[in-house]
Amino acid sequence: MTIEQTSGLAPVTAEAIAGSLESFFTERLKTEVALDQDLFKSGLVSSMFAMELVVHLEASYDIAIIGPELKLDNFRTVQAMTALVLRLRDAEGMGEDG
Amino acid sequence: MVTDYTEHRLAIVGAGVMGTNITTLAVGYGVPVVLVDLNDDVLSLARTTVAQKLRHAQLMGALPHDRPQGELVTSVSLGDAADATTVIEAVVEVPETKAKVLAEISALVGPGTTLISNTSCVPIDELADSVTHADKLVGVHFMNPSYLIKMVEVIQGGRTSDVTLESVNSLLAALGRDALVVRDSAGFVINRLLHPLINSAATLVQEGVASVEVIDGLLEGCLGHSTGPLRTADLIGLDNLVDSLNVLYERREDESCRPCELLLSKVREGDLGRKSGRGFYGYGKVAS
Repeated sequence: MTIEQTSGLAPVTAEAIAGSLESFFTERLKTEVALDQDLFKSGLVSSMFAMELVVHLEASYDIAIIGPELKLDNFRTVQAMTALVLRLRDAEGMGEDG
Repeated sequence: MVTDYTEHRLAIVGAGVMGTNITTLAVGYGVPVVLVDLNDDVLSLARTTVAQKLRHAQLMGALPHDRPQGELVTSVSLGDAADATTVIEAVVEVPETKAKVLAEISALVGPGTTLISNTSCVPIDELADSVTHADKLVGVHFMNPSYLIKMVEVIQGGRTSDVTLESVNSLLAALGRDALVVRDSAGFVINRLLHPLINSAATLVQEGVASVEVIDGLLEGCLGHSTGPLRTADLIGLDNLVDSLNVLYERREDESCRPCELLLSKVREGDLGRKSGRGFYGYGKVAS
């Protein structure tokens, strides 16, 4: 598997995105999160922190999360965020082999 | 009572945290806004901030889907507020500044225009001395973030008319807000309770009794607060909090409202909370 690693950008395989998010949450929330854990239902993520997540993903993966994609369900779990990043990068022709 | 959103045109004076919050709420609910502040740099930043807050509101599903966004016009001229159906004052929490701005607004608008002060603490009847039509002035204490918290505290001053109260209720209904009305008093209900609590929490940190995280953790975990007092302080802005505590202390001589040294030192160092990127907590970079 080729891992794209352009300068300043994080690697973009599902595993790498999920791993990077797990590190981000460990650093910011001082706790480990499971891939399928509902971050809002568990009270770990506030409405203010949710917007920081949007900005973090946009800056880390060079994507624009806009229109119908800008909804809470896309940020509920590490899995959902990983899928969102891959979906938006695919739509922009930035797939992992590209 | 007018509850149709198309009947309202807002002017908001002051493009800080609360000015941009209320602008986001209004524009998101289809109401056009003229946002006024002193210089173009502040207004340019405010346009960016409002755009970010509109995204935040969309993310949280907090805006109606049945209407287009209201137009946002920014201006350095208070004269551009003259045609509004309601003018909202949202300048710094310094009584003299609020009084001066309200006097200038009052001189511009017609007798039918509702005047709202978004003051956190200054009694409405005290501010009413500065306006031509004291019956048209009412207090509306929007929360932060205004577009996510549906409840607002409405303050009926001693001279606020029932017609004005009806008018403001109509506007708040058009903006999807629920209102609870209280009588006039420095700090009203929310900040007579909240500000001494935050000041006491900061004092506990200063005395080394508990850490910031422990204090917020206790109030969140044991008392069910959705946001602990010190995280709330960061959201309010520590400079604004100190100004408000001073207003309360001067008027009520309540020692629990004398800003503690830790709060004062954070403000001196420019650690103003979320808006500057650091307060009681660090926020990495400047958050929206």
